[in-house]
Amino acid sequence: MNFWNDPLKIAADWLMGIFTSWGMPEIGAQALIAFLGIFLLIAILMVLDIFLVWIERKVVARFQDRIGPNRLGPYGLMQPFADIVKLLIKEDTTPAGADKVVYNIAPMLSMMSVLILWAIVPLAPVILGVDLNVGILFLIAAGSIGTLSIIMAGWSSNNKFAMVGAFRQVAVMISFEVPMLAMLLIPTVLSGSMGMNAIIQKQDIWFVALAPLGALIFLIAAIAELGRAPFDMAEGESELVSGYNIEYSGMKFGMFYAGELLHAFTFGGFWSILFFGGYRFFGLEKVSPFLAIAVILFKAMIGYWIIMWVKYTMLRIRIDHMLAFNWKFLTPLSFVLLMMTALLNALLRGGSTWLYISGMFLSNVLLAWSALEIARTYSRREREKAEGPKQALGVVAEVHH
Amino acid sequence: MNEWLYVGLFFIVGLLIPVGAIGVAAILGPKKPNSIKQSTYECGIETVGDSWVQFKAQYYIFALVFLVFDVETVFLFPWAVKLAGLGVFAVMEGIVFILILIAGLVYTWRKGMLEWA
Amino acid sequence: MTAQQIIFLVVSFVTLGSALMVVTSRNLIHAALWLVSTLFGVAIIYTLLNAGFLAVVQVVVYIGAIAILFIFAVMLTRKDMRDQSPQLNRNWWMGALLAVVTFGGLFSLLQSWSGFSKTAADFPSGFDAIGRLGEALVSPDAFVLPFEVASVLLLAALVGAVYLAFNRK
Repeated sequence: MNFWNDPLKIAADWLMGIFTSWGMPEIGAQALIAFLGIFLLIAILMVLDIFLVWIERKVVARFQDRIGPNRLGPYGLMQPFADIVKLLIKEDTTPAGADKVVYNIAPMLSMMSVLILWAIVPLAPVILGVDLNVGILFLIAAGSIGTLSIIMAGWSSNNKFAMVGAFRQVAVMISFEVPMLAMLLIPTVLSGSMGMNAIIQKQDIWFVALAPLGALIFLIAAIAELGRAPFDMAEGESELVSGYNIEYSGMKFGMFYAGELLHAFTFGGFWSILFFGGYRFFGLEKVSPFLAIAVILFKAMIGYWIIMWVKYTMLRIRIDHMLAFNWKFLTPLSFVLLMMTALLNALLRGGSTWLYISGMFLSNVLLAWSALEIARTYSRREREKAEGPKQALGVVAEVHH
Repeated sequence: MNEWLYVGLFFIVGLLIPVGAIGVAAILGPKKPNSIKQSTYECGIETVGDSWVQFKAQYYIFALVFLVFDVETVFLFPWAVKLAGLGVFAVMEGIVFILILIAGLVYTWRKGMLEWA
Repeated sequence: MTAQQIIFLVVSFVTLGSALMVVTSRNLIHAALWLVSTLFGVAIIYTLLNAGFLAVVQVVVYIGAIAILFIFAVMLTRKDMRDQSPQLNRNWWMGALLAVVTFGGLFSLLQSWSGFSKTAADFPSGFDAIGRLGEALVSPDAFVLPFEVASVLLLAALVGAVYLAFNRK
């Protein structure tokens, strides 16, 4: 067991040796080592967060056919550092009439709810914060704290746009948690465990091959949870002026903004853990834990790219359409998918692998197709009711002319 | 119990970092409050009316329906964990559970409780 | 004084203090936020009892759904969220006496229980708590009937919510 195979244990033992030789009691040394490890991880995350700002700005620029920051440093790499310095030296104003304690706590809770998620992310088979056997519910619990922080921010700002934005954002977040919970049940059913490491260990076949519709619905629900377009009711930049963020400036705003980007990256990571095999890549993770870390960060980055791609391509959806989409389409669909997956998993699992994979995959495709057909028929019927049957087809006739 | 201690440490450190960042900003930033800077933002004009708005009761309905489905899916997690070893009968029991609640969703939908926000 | 006992004392102190603030706070939203703190304290106590699943369920359901429901309800109904009425009525001494008597009664009852001064035992290694819970929920000679009845109960709650909302409209 050398450093390259099990870095955490080697480092922990070495530090423990040093601390006990200084006369510290073992419990204290353990606590200190844990503290240092967590601090190191979170420090790395914050640095990563800074680069996520740069990535986001460059990517949005390319999507909009421009270059993005390129003045500060090579390729604009110093831009986020300049942003941080700016945010740090801004004045810390509190709007008149705001509830000071709640106003100040909200951004801290928002950032904390994202940072604690990294406790359960397994970066390698031997490098992970805590191997909780209830990892999936911990993900939702951290989301609940984030939701609470948004209500706190919106209410304490003493600003009606902030309140409306916060309310709408929280309504969207809690609504989309239902299909997300149902989709989180699918890796649980397929792997027989709620712990993240166990889910990865059981993914000899990536779960996206067994439940592609599940991966898609999870992505949609995750984008809504993150509050990013096309579901960004709270930050409707041209609608609600920035929603719950309005009265925040300086580093507090920085905490919300950086927290949101890190949250998006974290969800990219969870998407890859739950459906795309996490740190597994055809046995690469057994070679060295550092390769495993590289694999999972790469997959998380791809997930983050897809989330950004969706954000910069699609228009914002209206709040009532968003909620109707969730409660009338996604929720029934996700529960039917869950039932179907559980049933097929129990029936097909014992048989041949190819039958298993193709059966589950085809059932997903069939379910997606039939759901879309039902939606199409329903909407055609609604349109005919509203416009009259000839009109609905009249447009098509004109176009073909 | 030990693993939850690590989670607790994560909470503490995760709270310390934003507190530190905001604290540094509070120390470094200038402090010149005046009434214009602190006035409520409303697209650059003076505010009209209170900052309290009558919200739609519909938000509460959505929260209620969410609560019921949240509890339901939490019940489903222990079921899902043990599904592999238990055979089709257990799957059927879970499906009955879900179907009863989908009936509830359909009822709520038909009664018009899921309209608008 | 083991570390676990110290943590328990601190957490219970915070929980009880938050609960006190819930009932004495004049601002309703502050009361709701103190309630969140109380519920979180209870979740921590669950982890001290080796019930990790219940702890996360507590956060997900209570803080993530019920506390948000409370906050929505408060924000939707009251324009003036400050409570102006006096906080104690004339019979406050009776309430305090009842509380002390109840506490004394519970304390003396629990003292005769052998587990009163023990900390929660760790599970034997390899004990899959959630798996056992899952098995119990679906096996016919355990809790499958209450499991299904629970879904009917949730359906009843949903129907009740619809009824209440209809009345409001």
